[in-house]
Amino acid sequence: MVETLNVSPDVLAGAAVKARVQDLSFYYGTHRVLKNITLSVAEKKVTALIGPSGCGKTTLLRCFNRMHDLYPGNRYDGGGIRLLPENTNILGADVDPIEVRMRISMVFQKANPFPKTVFENVAYGLRVRGDLKKSDINERVEQALRGAALWDEVKDRLHSLGANLSGGQQQRLCIARALVTDPEIILFDEPTSALDPIATGKVEELVAELKTRVTILIVTHNMQQAARVSDFTGFMYIGELAEFDRTEKIFTNPSNKLTEDYITGRFG
Amino acid sequence: MSLVTHRASNRPVTRETSLPGGVHRLSPLPRLRGPGLLQRWQERAIQATLFLAAASSIAITLGIVGILGFESLAFFKQVSLFTFLTDTQWTPLFDDAHYGIMPLVAGTATVAAVALCLALPVGTITAIYLSEYAPHRVREVVKPFLELLTAVPTVVYGYFALLFVTPLLRHFIPSLPGFNMLSAGLVIGVMIIPYVSSLSEDAMRAVPMHLREASYAMGATRFQTSTRVVFPAALSGVAAAYVLGFSRAIGETMVVAIAAGMQPHLTFNPMEPAATITAYIVQVSLGDLPHGSLGYQTIFAAGLTLMLMTLVFNIGGHVLRKRFREKY
Repeated sequence: MVETLNVSPDVLAGAAVKARVQDLSFYYGTHRVLKNITLSVAEKKVTALIGPSGCGKTTLLRCFNRMHDLYPGNRYDGGGIRLLPENTNILGADVDPIEVRMRISMVFQKANPFPKTVFENVAYGLRVRGDLKKSDINERVEQALRGAALWDEVKDRLHSLGANLSGGQQQRLCIARALVTDPEIILFDEPTSALDPIATGKVEELVAELKTRVTILIVTHNMQQAARVSDFTGFMYIGELAEFDRTEKIFTNPSNKLTEDYITGRFG
Repeated sequence: MSLVTHRASNRPVTRETSLPGGVHRLSPLPRLRGPGLLQRWQERAIQATLFLAAASSIAITLGIVGILGFESLAFFKQVSLFTFLTDTQWTPLFDDAHYGIMPLVAGTATVAAVALCLALPVGTITAIYLSEYAPHRVREVVKPFLELLTAVPTVVYGYFALLFVTPLLRHFIPSLPGFNMLSAGLVIGVMIIPYVSSLSEDAMRAVPMHLREASYAMGATRFQTSTRVVFPAALSGVAAAYVLGFSRAIGETMVVAIAAGMQPHLTFNPMEPAATITAYIVQVSLGDLPHGSLGYQTIFAAGLTLMLMTLVFNIGGHVLRKRFREKY
């Protein structure tokens, strides 16, 4: 049993709260993967989740857009995730996961562009809503590509296949795709684990830029990355949130021995 | 890496390079022994056997093409290619013999078109259902049943078309003749649904989950994900399924021979009886035409035509497959 620290009210240091995870547990079949997670996600800040493999950080992330609903045998339990300002529990049985995903988008570990053109990859989120004029779509696709710092590189080949871009460009294409619908939260699941250092740097810059517009939740294996890009960090260990605090505090003066051992590389 | 190549290029391989600083040199690694003589011959024999097995399929194909070509050549010495392609009658066994292949081609194309009009949509929809919608258990039950359709002998399908489907259709279309291409085509369509659906489903299931997740993550519904992401991503495999379905449809013999009538008849109207190339071939080869006669040679010319038709579509399918091969 890991000692779970209560999140003190001053951790978010006056930032507005975008989402509140309350006593959330999650089961794959009978296997309990998340145990009573409680955490607040600050609005327009970057919150990082770190921890050794298998600690449940990606599982927690995928609760936010109900990705787990796609597979049978998964079950959420506990207080759920409340999205503010409405204070709706997005895990509630009465909430349509599609609506949740329209407001909370995701960037995956491996760049996964559709077998479509650059333009259509980005426009996808608008097309599935199907209520926009062509000129609006063009404009929003361009904005999203600019937002993902990709416009200048692809503006002359918007109609070639997304898969023809380099790995780093593909990941930024996926970020543009996630941006196009103007989501409130973007979930990043180890977005740079398949990228080289230069491409990683670009994605990290982008994350730092994006947080002026959108709330970001990022799972990372790379502790330096968490330290560089995030404002708040949660350290997870075997399905529990062992510590959650300002990133600066976690990396300089962690309260939990486990956190300290992990960030100093003693295990993990 | 560069150290190794450098070392290999000018010195015997040692476990450690001798450095001027005084690290002592280890003895060279023992020489590796190559495979023994027996083993080497065994390898060669295995390789030769495998090669022969692979080569035999090519040899057999070439042999068939050769015989078809050779016998057809004899045919085309007596009937010009122009007549063969433009004459509108095919009556090689009558006194007033005509050798126009077009009535047979039209019959074949009509039956195949009817069959594909049924099999492609139904097969594709079934594949989408099985791959994207069906719970595991349903798929485990439905798939074997579908594949059982291919286990039914085609002669059974033929009588099914003649004695069940045609009377049924006559309730709706009283003018329908007893032998007609419509019922033959529909039954062939049913027969090839499993080919289309099974291969299409395999192609769709091979689409990696991360593409579906990306689609769902953007707020797409299951139907949007199936039709806008999974189906296009699987298109090359689906095209292969369609080509196979087409080849089966134009190559099918028994059903058309039984249910579509045997009179060559230049028409694209499925409500009429007509003969297909395959039906003609089976009719003539079962007869007692003397070997080497012109009538006998017509079946080779007809066979060659059928083969060329299939070939064109296979090449077309191949091009489609390459064109739509998706990188994911």
